[in-house]
Amino acid sequence: MIGGLFIYNHKGEVLISRVYRDDIGRNAVDAFRVNVIHARQQVRSPVTNIARTSFFHVKRSNIWLAAVTKQNVNAAMVFEFLYKMCDVMTAYFGKISEENIKNNFVLIYELLDEILDFGYPQNSETGALKTFITQQGIKGQHQTKEEQSQITSQVTGQIGWRREGIKYRRNELFLDVLESVNLLMSPQGQVLSAHVSGRVVMKSYLSGMPECKFGMNDKIVIDKQGKGGASDDAGKSGKQSIAIDDCTFHQCVRLSKFDSERSISFIPPDGEYELMRYRTTKDIILPFRVIPLVREVGRTKLEVKVVIKSNFKPSLLAQKIEVRIPTPLNTSGVQVICMKGKAKYKASENAIVWKIKRMAGMKESQISAEIELLPTNDKKKWARPPISMNFEVPFAPSGLKVRYLKVFESKLNYSDHDVIKWVRYIGRSGIYETRC
Amino acid sequence: MQEWASQLCENRQFGSKMTDSKYFTTTKKGEIFELKAELNSDKKEKKKEAVKKVIASMTVGKDVSALFPDVVNCMQTDNLELKKLVYLYLMNYAKSQPDMAIMAVNTFVKDCEDPNPLIRALAVRTMGCIRVDKITEYLCEPLRKCLKDEDPYVRKTAAVCVAKLHDINAQLVEDQGFLDTLKDLISDSNPMVVANAVAALSEIAESHPNSNLLDLNPQTINKLLTALNECTEWGQIFILDCLANYTPRDDRESQSICERVTPRLSHANSAVVLSAVKVLMKFMEMLPKDLDYYGTLLKKLAPPLVTLLSAEPELQYVALRNINLIVQRRPEILKHEMKVFFVKYNDPIYVKLEKLDIMIRLASQANIAQVLAELKEYATEVDVDFVRKAVRAIGRCAIKVEQSAERCVSTLLDLIQTKVNYVVQEAIVVIKDIFRKYPNKYESVIATLCENLDSLDEPEARAAMIWIVGEYAERIDNADELLESFLEGFHDESTQVQLQLLTAIVKLFLKKPTETQELVQQVLSLATQDSDNPDLRDRGYIYWRLLSTDPVAAKEVVLAEKPLISEETDLIEPTLLEELICHIGTLASVYHKPPSAFVEGSRGVQHKRLPGSAGSGESVESPDTGSAAGVSDAPPAVIPSQGDLLGDLLNLDLTPPATTGPPPPATSGMQLGAMDLLGGGLDSLLGGDLGGSSAMGAGFGAPPAAPAASFSAPVSGGLDDLFDLGGGVGMPMGTYSPPKTVWLPAMKGKGLEISGTFARRAGVIQMEMTLTNKAMSVMTDFAIQFNRNSFGLAPAGPLQVLTPLSPNQSIEVTLPLNTVGPVMKMDPLNNLQVAVKNNIDVFYFSCQYPISMLFVEDGKMERQVFLATWKDISNDNEAQFQIKDCHLSSDAASNKLQGSNIFTIAKRTVDGQDMLYQSTKLSNGIWVLAELRVQTGNPTFTVSLAQQTVWSNHCSDCAANY
Repeated sequence: MIGGLFIYNHKGEVLISRVYRDDIGRNAVDAFRVNVIHARQQVRSPVTNIARTSFFHVKRSNIWLAAVTKQNVNAAMVFEFLYKMCDVMTAYFGKISEENIKNNFVLIYELLDEILDFGYPQNSETGALKTFITQQGIKGQHQTKEEQSQITSQVTGQIGWRREGIKYRRNELFLDVLESVNLLMSPQGQVLSAHVSGRVVMKSYLSGMPECKFGMNDKIVIDKQGKGGASDDAGKSGKQSIAIDDCTFHQCVRLSKFDSERSISFIPPDGEYELMRYRTTKDIILPFRVIPLVREVGRTKLEVKVVIKSNFKPSLLAQKIEVRIPTPLNTSGVQVICMKGKAKYKASENAIVWKIKRMAGMKESQISAEIELLPTNDKKKWARPPISMNFEVPFAPSGLKVRYLKVFESKLNYSDHDVIKWVRYIGRSGIYETRC
Repeated sequence: MQEWASQLCENRQFGSKMTDSKYFTTTKKGEIFELKAELNSDKKEKKKEAVKKVIASMTVGKDVSALFPDVVNCMQTDNLELKKLVYLYLMNYAKSQPDMAIMAVNTFVKDCEDPNPLIRALAVRTMGCIRVDKITEYLCEPLRKCLKDEDPYVRKTAAVCVAKLHDINAQLVEDQGFLDTLKDLISDSNPMVVANAVAALSEIAESHPNSNLLDLNPQTINKLLTALNECTEWGQIFILDCLANYTPRDDRESQSICERVTPRLSHANSAVVLSAVKVLMKFMEMLPKDLDYYGTLLKKLAPPLVTLLSAEPELQYVALRNINLIVQRRPEILKHEMKVFFVKYNDPIYVKLEKLDIMIRLASQANIAQVLAELKEYATEVDVDFVRKAVRAIGRCAIKVEQSAERCVSTLLDLIQTKVNYVVQEAIVVIKDIFRKYPNKYESVIATLCENLDSLDEPEARAAMIWIVGEYAERIDNADELLESFLEGFHDESTQVQLQLLTAIVKLFLKKPTETQELVQQVLSLATQDSDNPDLRDRGYIYWRLLSTDPVAAKEVVLAEKPLISEETDLIEPTLLEELICHIGTLASVYHKPPSAFVEGSRGVQHKRLPGSAGSGESVESPDTGSAAGVSDAPPAVIPSQGDLLGDLLNLDLTPPATTGPPPPATSGMQLGAMDLLGGGLDSLLGGDLGGSSAMGAGFGAPPAAPAASFSAPVSGGLDDLFDLGGGVGMPMGTYSPPKTVWLPAMKGKGLEISGTFARRAGVIQMEMTLTNKAMSVMTDFAIQFNRNSFGLAPAGPLQVLTPLSPNQSIEVTLPLNTVGPVMKMDPLNNLQVAVKNNIDVFYFSCQYPISMLFVEDGKMERQVFLATWKDISNDNEAQFQIKDCHLSSDAASNKLQGSNIFTIAKRTVDGQDMLYQSTKLSNGIWVLAELRVQTGNPTFTVSLAQQTVWSNHCSDCAANY
């Protein structure tokens, strides 16, 4: 198990050091600093073995978090824990920065004591932690016996992510379907790989312990229903459905029920959380197509022409469009002409950045540039990094649709239609690249 | 009032927000003294501030142990925050101040009685972290109470505390009976208590390999599976990791566990997913392949593995390292998912390198075009390591997918044209391998390669180029000039290049003796007289002597045809792979090393997989896991790196005379004779030329390896045994059984010597062993397991050693075997890897059983069937060889063979030769037919073997032993 946990600033100074196991000595702190933080070369692995001691690290801005062990620990668990640790800290004091960590070091030690016992991760849900790690030292005395046992049963219980007795005057929930569409396209326009990784983020402001049921246009579910009720009108079952390659759920979702019936049922945490993640690879709507044309004119000049075509309903508007065209390192000057938006050569980033505020569907736009090159005797050819794109569209490129989210709370007197529900779809570019 | 309090809290919080970071900046000199005063202040607030300062100093590594008594004095407080800070201090310094630490005991004991469960838990959590012997005794009572506390939060904390206490004083924990209490907690009603108890027990069990601590049986498994659905993500990981150690009784139980574990594949936590994959990969081994569920499971595994690739980069890295293992074990799972492993421009370098590895593993004829296009793209990237690996990958594709070889070679030539130094060098190294795989096919590119001779500055590339020049000397007009140019700076070259150069010039000389005499003289004298390197010198002398005594033999040896290199490269050795599969998700799977390679000390990692009860199914994996960890460190790579060559060369002297032990297997066909004797070494050698030279090394060391003698000796030896044994004709029962040989010498067995043999008695295969205790202490608790083997041999019952084995005592044991165990092809075919356990340790050895053990009693074929089958069998599946010096009549031979379940179907006499037609059946249902020609008065028998299946060669080889 985890033997110790250290937090360093960018200089390698220790901000937090908590040792859980006897086999981790004080020198472990220095070993990591010397061998990883101060190493001459770039880090080649997130796991480093120094003198039979293994270090796992993640970086958040310029803060290093390192977990140490001498055992054959579950490596995936250690990284998951480090991420979770970051989440918890962010939930308590915001951005993870040197200043915030120093300002809250007592709190961090308290948290570390709670969520890691002898190196075993314990309940690390912020919802539960915030009920008893408050940085208000004396609170313990003011708690009644019931309150205390409520805390402990929540921390250890089956529904560790939600406390009892939540009340809202207005029961409301927000569903955001956030998708990032990823593409790698060859210069000839052939899709080398494309996938959508999506998240369903829910903000719930619901009273009591509500039972929720979430439904989407999952092909498997819809096909099953189609078969089950043959009398259902064909139009309904033939409604567009999508094939989900794989999905993962927040721990509140009953996985065995999903496995057997493919229904998504849960008692949600209070506030914002990520209900599910999914991935699709079939029938993806690629919102933009990038057509590059790069021509080398002699040794000192490049001609670049890039056309982008939007590929969605004309009534919809894409926003925050940015096309990034890489330029060689020995670029001396660039002339750009674009039909729409603004384009600029950014020497520090070695790229031409073309920005368009808005663009409707089924439109086309073009940029052309002449790049002057300094002659070099560098034998190595320019690697021609891919042209990348950023954008935001108001639909889900995977085609996912939320069919329903039902809320049942038997003990309190509000029913499903008393709940105000909001659904929003946002498609963003993930790594959206076209080779040139 | 309430309001006032909360306002105060807010104020304080505000205050602390502003000021906490100041604790980090104190660098004054009289600091300790000041702190001491503050700690003893009457004001609570000041006290707390002081303790915070102490903790801050502690964090940055200052020694504040001198404040111990003052800090501990602050322990008696109602302020929970202050209490926690003091506890933190205590955990850090108690060990250095054991006497003072006693002062804290009272508070702990008192806190363990506190009405607030949070405080009780805090006390029990902290006191476990205080590693002072004197204190631990006082903690037993409070801990016992807390283990039975009414509050689950306290119980789950107490469960972990048992593990802490065990780490400090294992004996105490056992004596106090905490382990039993902990076991009871597995049935607790609270899922988190169960999870922590499982985690604690698993860890304790690791250091007690023999104990039956984690007594996993169907009931407990059921409890764990129930808790799995309810506990936190971390708890799920503990439980899944524990489940992975269980061995289901049969395939049905295995399936039902798999069914209950698969929902975990949709968990958001990657570690839960990977641990579930581990359980499934392990239990899947037990499922029959024709089961529908087996296929379903395979399909279910792919999507979650792909999803792991959209996690954060660090987790991607862990996932990719694991996928690398999974793909080697079960390539079918991800064979259609090639695209997800394409490298993204912004991936961290460690992710890129791993993806590349997996792409090669998944490359097949179906997707090779895409893969090559990608690889070519990568070869132009910036990172040198990545580019090198991409180039190397192109070569590996060529070797793996024959159809793509041509395209790969042309891609490599394109890359060489880029003249980027490291790309060129890497390309030349892989082209050499391509030459080895497809000899006489792509030599047209040699000219292009030679153009780049000057730019090569890395030893590996130089050595590869020299090898190519030497190997194809006859086609390169100026080979002598090229090699001569290298010779100029001979002493500045690395050993690798020197050795290669020596061999290449000798090859050149053998091919073009007239022009190159001077050159060879020169290199031999450089190697033998001017070099300090013994390897180089020895090889030089060997060549020299060989060339001077018998140039013809030299030619045969040095220019011998080289065996082809294998398709898959860089595979992890199968036994290690199996062990690593059991460690999916853990560090071992990230390092691709067994835990023993990086975990220190007594945590008996390698014993973990050997459950107490010997027997069924999955646990068969254990012997090899152990042997991979401890005994043999076989090089995993099929193409060994040049650095290994010397090692191989030295080892070779040991391999050929494998006459110890049971009758040696006649490898790959009798006709090859001498080649075989050297074969083992040759295969593993990279340069064929080196193969040649090492072959000579063997030749010199051993008696002259005349082909005929070398193979006939062991074979006829075995045959003689078969024919002479049994004294007389009528001996229907009992097949030939070789005499006992020592399998496990006492040296290796920590005093336990095992010698044994195999026999077939009354239709039952038996392993007969003599166990001798040559140690000073009594041995007990014997158990045995086999690794999976070619014919599925497995113990039919436990090893019966009822009485303890006292020093110097021997005991005869007979272990009945069956052939229903898991099957895996071994090399040699009749090799059996065995693990024997006793109270001292686990020992691994391997032995070879005579194939005749497997000849079953109903191996007599109908005449008609025999005739038809004999005709059907293609010539490819036939083998013929002779047995010399066998003075038996055909009838006597027939009778003897019948004793070994080789049945004579018909007999015919042609031209004074008796022809015996015989059949025998192996335990796995394969028939082997034989024709035995016996000429009266001639002691040489001729045997023709024929056999229906593709296994033919192996079987005939095996049968040849008799």
